[in-house]
Amino acid sequence: MNGPDAAARVNDAEAIVQVDGLRVTTEDGRNLVDDLSFTVSVGERFGLIGESGSGKSLTALALIGLLPDGLLASGSVVVGGRQMVGVGERALRGIRGRVASVVFQDPLASLDPLMRLGRQLAEPIARHQGLRGKALAQAVTDAMADVRLSEPERIAHAYPHEISGGQRQRVAIAMALACQPRLLIADEPTTALDVTVQSDVLDLIDRAVTERGTSLLFVSHDLAVVSRMTDRVVVLRGGRAVESGTISGLLAHQADPYTAALVASARSLDRALEVS
Amino acid sequence: MNAILQLCDASYRYRGGSVALQAVSFAVDEGQNIGLVGESGAGKTTLLRLLLGLAAPTSGSVMFDGVALDRRNRERMVQFRRSVQTVFQDPYASLDPRQSIGRSVSEPLRSLGIATGADARARVEEALNAVGLPADSATRYPHEFSGGQRQRVAIARAVVGHPRVLLADEPVSALDMTTRIQVLDLLAELGQNNNLTVVMVSHDLGAVAALCSRIVVLQRGRVVEQGDTSTVLAAPAEPYTRTLLASVPRLPSV
Repeated sequence: MNGPDAAARVNDAEAIVQVDGLRVTTEDGRNLVDDLSFTVSVGERFGLIGESGSGKSLTALALIGLLPDGLLASGSVVVGGRQMVGVGERALRGIRGRVASVVFQDPLASLDPLMRLGRQLAEPIARHQGLRGKALAQAVTDAMADVRLSEPERIAHAYPHEISGGQRQRVAIAMALACQPRLLIADEPTTALDVTVQSDVLDLIDRAVTERGTSLLFVSHDLAVVSRMTDRVVVLRGGRAVESGTISGLLAHQADPYTAALVASARSLDRALEVS
Repeated sequence: MNAILQLCDASYRYRGGSVALQAVSFAVDEGQNIGLVGESGAGKTTLLRLLLGLAAPTSGSVMFDGVALDRRNRERMVQFRRSVQTVFQDPYASLDPRQSIGRSVSEPLRSLGIATGADARARVEEALNAVGLPADSATRYPHEFSGGQRQRVAIARAVVGHPRVLLADEPVSALDMTTRIQVLDLLAELGQNNNLTVVMVSHDLGAVAALCSRIVVLQRGRVVEQGDTSTVLAAPAEPYTRTLLASVPRLPSV
């Protein structure tokens, strides 16, 4: 592949994400993410777990070069073989969507309130697959059916505020998958949803990444949700990794007291439901 | 058993005609924490407004100590407000940032004419102590506290006048997981030590199971199932309760 970022490519076929010594720093020099390193292999499901202020969402944003103004990333973040830290906006645009795309907690944040949903979904599909006219309309309908949206025609003509939160998140997932990315980043994608809707949307993400062989980076504060969606995790606290390992390993034994508190909290809610 | 609060066939219809609650009946018995569980559109917010006396049912009634609540009876409403206090979901929105914690917590004492001066200060100190906050918290301001601590402040304000019922609207859903457990433990402890009955409105079945001995499951404005929490969770009779229970994310067993 040619382009301005070609020189920044790193040859690593095994890893879809390689984070090395990532720091996210404020203008006044505070480290919100501090010396974070982890690797996600191709096809793997990987979790970032932490509570508010842990730096998990900033890490997800740094992975696709979407940090808010005033925050600076340093260190190395290689996604799909390309360096994401310190490169220009043009190079990043070629990566977002095709290599990696994101689903956020609030689907309203990623949808244009003034544009019909069908048109919003058509944009990335047209760009990626070069479709127009009827073929494009069909591809949009297919993409909606693919995320189990009933009445795709009605929803294509609706504006974001006219559909439910669960439906909006399905549209956002359809948009994130539209360019067939190699990596899907899901940042608290079900936190704002009702519990039955959450369950359906988790199933949907599960199926979508399995069918496409997409790698998954799942970010959440909820250990039970992360353990359902991923196999390996990093536990973040105050911007630092306090522990990492497989889900089953972490549930069986926690080396760090904070991880232990997290597991104990999740277990106690679980136990409350265990009545016989 | 003494019902402090009771809904009898209570329905609520908006002026446009849409029905938010349909013939809802349940009792809040003294000493039995009760969880009102439902998802969006279940009518939880309307139900809370009825239980707080902020709205009257369009048919049916809300009973307080066995007598229908009449919002025009001012003397009785003052008694009601002294008995029933509330904690909201968002600990960042529910405290006035310009008021010291002491002033916020003492607000019900002033507005309900319970105590003033040294008596009020003593009660604020007692309430802060009961929720596990240091006594010097009274002179500090909300921005100095974390989300979990702010929710403790909100709980202190709710219990400062020794109410009999605490209506808690999603009191832990905005909190981090480890903080969530601590606040649930605090609510359980207050229930045991202070003759306080907690009514928790929540979508979180795990939190309800951890705190409440009774459960009412709501769907689209109706009660689909109610009973002892352990009975309902062990053998849910209604398909919706089963779906709800099956949807709760659980840890894999080790």
